Amino acid sequence: MNASLIACPDCDLLQHKPLVPPGGVARCRRCGAGLYRRVPGGVDRTLALALAGLVLFAVANLFPLLSVRLGEDLVSATLAAAVKALWDQGELALAGLVAGTCIVAPLLVLLSILYVFAPLHFGRLPPAVAPVVRSLHAFQAWNMMEVFLLGILVTVVKLAKMATILPGPGVVAFFMLIFLLAAAATAMDTEAVWARIGIR
Amino acid sequence: MTGTHSALRLGLAGCHSCQLLLRVPARVRSSTLRCPRCGAVVHPRKPRSLSRTWALLLAAYVFYVPAMVLPITRITTLGRLQEDTIMSGVVYFFQSGEWPIGLVIFVASVFVPVLKLLILSLLAVSVQWRSQWRPRDRTRLYRITEMVGHWSMVDVYVVTLLVALVKAGALASIEVGPAAFYFASVVVLTILAANAFDPRLIWDALEEAA
Ligand SMILES: [Zn+2]
Repeated sequence: MNASLIACPDCDLLQHKPLVPPGGVARCRRCGAGLYRRVPGGVDRTLALALAGLVLFAVANLFPLLSVRLGEDLVSATLAAAVKALWDQGELALAGLVAGTCIVAPLLVLLSILYVFAPLHFGRLPPAVAPVVRSLHAFQAWNMMEVFLLGILVTVVKLAKMATILPGPGVVAFFMLIFLLAAAATAMDTEAVWARIGIR
Repeated sequence: MTGTHSALRLGLAGCHSCQLLLRVPARVRSSTLRCPRCGAVVHPRKPRSLSRTWALLLAAYVFYVPAMVLPITRITTLGRLQEDTIMSGVVYFFQSGEWPIGLVIFVASVFVPVLKLLILSLLAVSVQWRSQWRPRDRTRLYRITEMVGHWSMVDVYVVTLLVALVKAGALASIEVGPAAFYFASVVVLTILAANAFDPRLIWDALEEAA
């Protein structure tokens, strides 16, 4: 099959792969969908971001996001503690959803980036690279950390009148990790993976 | 041969995962097409796209009612029970002068889910009727629903944080209301509905007419 042709994922128009400058996005000329991106040096940048992201992930999950002082009492909440509070109230589905979208999905994004791009940095492909890259897109789709951050903001406003709210160290790491994951998503050059596999 | 035709018309299909172009065998229904490069199962069109989209949308419409009517939190302060729905939370923020936050909650929890349900319904109807109306704009609408949907989760996360922070306090206790589950279900169902819808069907109607 002609490798210079591509079918648009949104409208199925068969077209010649548009030429794009480095850092640019190729767009479908019928519906405007993004087709692919050219990311020079993307492999190393993605890898570096994921490594830093893993450190931030640890901080974001081990340290409290928020603390509330009500009189003498100081209650701190980590992400895991928030999930457990839901679980303890019998809201198992909700606990699973919050854990899945704010802990598991971002962790799997980071781990699968490392799994794919660390060997790629040394010019190698890890075993089962294709299914991992495919799942990576699904993990990204279910990562909702930025929405959780908005939730933190709303909670602060909601409780501000009744109690003293103190931000924890976790929330800073959480905030940084959101930007880092977004940067990793733009730097990620999955085309470099597919080009290396070739057709069996 | 390129220019105005869909790949499927020319007997081709793009792999949704790695974008490799494949030749579609004549009897594609009976055989599963696998991408020789990345191993993904390739469907020239998402299978049973419309019926799956409708089923998920209907479920989301049904769940939206209890999500709005039932309480999302039950707060007990000094023995007094106060039940809040999503709407009463919005009204509270507006009345207490925190209207930017009230607006954020209203847009994320009320406006976006309704908008997403209506847009996806409109798209499904338009495909069913083989409409030729503004295909580019309809495809764009589809991409918007894919982008904004998950922001509706914000209320679920607020409840999660409230439960964790106000637990076991002497002054107040807080319980998750049944609306939280229904609301989270609406968000997940609309995400799945958007995934089930195949925007390429919008363009198929145009090519059939041409
Ligand atoms: Zn297109």
